Amino acid sequence: MSEVAVVGVGYTRFSRESARPVLDLAAEAAVAACDDAGLPVHEVDGIASHMIGHDSENAQAVATALALPGLRCVLDLNQAGQAPCNLLAHAAASISAGLANHVLIFRALNGRSGPKVGSARFPGRGGQFRYPIGYDSYLMYIAMWARRYLHETGQDERDLAAVAIAHREYAVRNERAIRRTPLDLDGYFSSSYVAEPFRVADCTPEVDGACALLVTSMERARDLCHPPVRIAAAAYRTGPRPGLDIGDHVLTDDYTRNFTDLIRDDLFGRAGVTPADVDVACLYDCFTGPVLMSLEGLGLCDRGGAGELVRSGRLPINPHGGLLGEGYLHGMNTLAEAVLQIQGRGGDRQAAKHEVAVVTSGGLMDGSAAVLTN
Amino acid sequence: MTTARTPVASATAGPPDGRIDADSAPFWAALRQERVELQRCTACARLRFPPMGRCPWCAGASYVREEVDARGTIYSWIVVHRAFGSEFAADVPYVVATVDLDAGPRIALRLERPEGVDFGSRVRPDFHHHDDWTELRMVLDE
Repeated sequence: MSEVAVVGVGYTRFSRESARPVLDLAAEAAVAACDDAGLPVHEVDGIASHMIGHDSENAQAVATALALPGLRCVLDLNQAGQAPCNLLAHAAASISAGLANHVLIFRALNGRSGPKVGSARFPGRGGQFRYPIGYDSYLMYIAMWARRYLHETGQDERDLAAVAIAHREYAVRNERAIRRTPLDLDGYFSSSYVAEPFRVADCTPEVDGACALLVTSMERARDLCHPPVRIAAAAYRTGPRPGLDIGDHVLTDDYTRNFTDLIRDDLFGRAGVTPADVDVACLYDCFTGPVLMSLEGLGLCDRGGAGELVRSGRLPINPHGGLLGEGYLHGMNTLAEAVLQIQGRGGDRQAAKHEVAVVTSGGLMDGSAAVLTN
Repeated sequence: MTTARTPVASATAGPPDGRIDADSAPFWAALRQERVELQRCTACARLRFPPMGRCPWCAGASYVREEVDARGTIYSWIVVHRAFGSEFAADVPYVVATVDLDAGPRIALRLERPEGVDFGSRVRPDFHHHDDWTELRMVLDE
């Protein structure tokens, strides 16, 4: 496959009440990504996005709002946080195959003032066994996995705390973050439980906003404003029996290993790097637990060593403060942060070494991931 | 016992969720009678949950339904302190557990009187009757 790159990122302001339609947010972020790259908006000929239920707008609507002359590639995924690196993989494949030249991927939602994903009831057959009994929020499923994971790996709530605290330290340095009050161990343990073992401090704040990335060929990328970020690998993965809907996990045997365990070898193999080469990890953190699990799954630490790795500060993890700090854009902002880090545009939170970044999207039985390089 | 996915007369036995179909209706109907009835694949002999038309291990399309002894062990659990649906606001804090049935499948359900719950705790059914449907809950098996 020919080489493909991310060349621009765009954001709206992240807020608790945008007071704007989602389509408006999506269009603003899309234009911002094109402006960032220096590519005229009318050259975009592919758009890919994702939504949960009907919390966003189709790519078709965004093409209309941007007055694009046409589209050659369109993709609307019905996925949550599993989607961003998956969309990146499809954008890269489309460009590489000659289906389209310049593809925008975006996530836009009024996640705070509009329908909240925390209490969303996902479509699908699995819901009839969960929602009527009060097992009715995604955070509960992640918490169910986290308790078993901590138990089997000899870790505990202090390791969840390490994630929350480290992310907050980064968020303090990130103007885009909506949660910037410093957090220490006492503050973590005085945070009230939502679904034990998770406390408020383990949970990502829902926000209104949009984030977009522009993807194009490496050849074209070299003429644009910023150093191209090479998509060394991007992939989706799940194992057998992924369930009847995105919240159905009773057919999964092992709650202590998520999809990152399955994707690791393919991902790093295709990218031609090893976990030891990773300079920056941008890991999906809808809640603290998946960060620990994904560090292990990707081979960035040994079994049971994730909390210690976070505490050590040896590896920059989510320099934007994660979704925990910036807000719940379902990981599109986490992918965008990896792009900024590789380009050296991370400002006060820039990682010292930034040649190889690994990104994950998703926390349980399925998800996607990418390796980005300079 | 039947291998045919015939519509079930007591299709209203389940929770008012709107998702109950020919595969799941017998499960709910059995709970109403304080029985746990699962599908067993006739090709690979595995019991499965949730009920569905094909076996998620071997894709076999034929099955029988059978009543199982629904005792099991705790795999993991959470304590819900903040209700998401308003209908559960009066219940907090409550425990939801994933239970590995001795018969094989894993089910997520509410635990009654959960004090002392731990990994590997033994549990047994405690059928909880709502007005129009019956929920499979469990209690610790002393």
